[in-house]
Amino acid sequence: MKKRKRGKDLGRIKGFSIQFLPYSEIKDLDSDERIKKILSIVLGNNILILQGKLKADEEARLIGDTMAMIGHVANFKGIELAVITGNDEGNIYDKMKFGMANFLTGGNVNAITIIGPASIVKEMKRNPKKIELLLNG
Amino acid sequence: MVIKVFKNFIKSIFSKMFKSKEDIKLGFYGPPSVGKTSLANRICKDFTGEEIGKVSKIPHETRKVGFKEKVEIEYKGKKLMFKLVDTPGIATKIDYEDFLKYNMKKKDAKKRAKEATQGVIESIKWLDDMDAVVIVLDATENPYNQVNITIIGNLVARKIPVLIVANKTDLKKADIKKIESAFPEYEVIGLSAKYGENLEEFYESLFKLVK
Repeated sequence: MKKRKRGKDLGRIKGFSIQFLPYSEIKDLDSDERIKKILSIVLGNNILILQGKLKADEEARLIGDTMAMIGHVANFKGIELAVITGNDEGNIYDKMKFGMANFLTGGNVNAITIIGPASIVKEMKRNPKKIELLLNG
Repeated sequence: MVIKVFKNFIKSIFSKMFKSKEDIKLGFYGPPSVGKTSLANRICKDFTGEEIGKVSKIPHETRKVGFKEKVEIEYKGKKLMFKLVDTPGIATKIDYEDFLKYNMKKKDAKKRAKEATQGVIESIKWLDDMDAVVIVLDATENPYNQVNITIIGNLVARKIPVLIVANKTDLKKADIKKIESAFPEYEVIGLSAKYGENLEEFYESLFKLVK
């Protein structure tokens, strides 16, 4: 089988897709594997919607690894990244509910992380309550 | 035995004395073009008469970590010795074509982009070595940028004290309150590094931070 060249489709808005990844898919992966999985999805010309969020050091590593790929993967200019968390407000019952859910799943499942290749996603406008994706025309 | 205990006691006293005389490593972090180098230059000029790096309107002017050792900052009769560390702006994307808008040749733009990506990696690596960090943000921009949140998250995880500066308050669009509401757990100092406005409040907060 002919091996597809990595990053070949990057930059083509026509044909991009949105992939949803439940937290259970990355829960048992170590940091290296998580970042590898995320980057492989993004390099496949996909916008990734991840349930939950990465650890702070994983986010920093993701940025570092992304930078290392620019100039080495065709058409790759980096990523757009945004995280929105929903349990900052609410009553004690809500907080306990989210806390229990996070405890049971081992991650912050009440957060959503969106990651897309910069060749497709021009900007992610974020405010505390929403994320707006502006795509390259 | 008694001599050994006494020797260790003297040794620990000396090592503590020596440690307290070490320079405080103060990092300047933030996205590109927010005025990190302008602020570091302002501080350096005030206390050493020299600058730490070059500033420019073209993003990613600082592409290597810059240092200034032995910067003794004096505030209200108190003195502290710092090592200032000016870091390249952290970004999640770098496109050489963005530099072409500044009349840069393609070859130079590509070189700048390559150096800028390496600068971001270097900035992230340096996070571990800081004693305290000043996060510089552009008060005219939306503070809910993931880069800002990622930097702060990493500093919190490493238990490194953080001070947020809302720079460019000389501009009409500046909105310090927006930055304060984005980061309610932190003290936010509004200032203009370009014109040296509100530096007194900055030094006061800096001394409180590293105390």
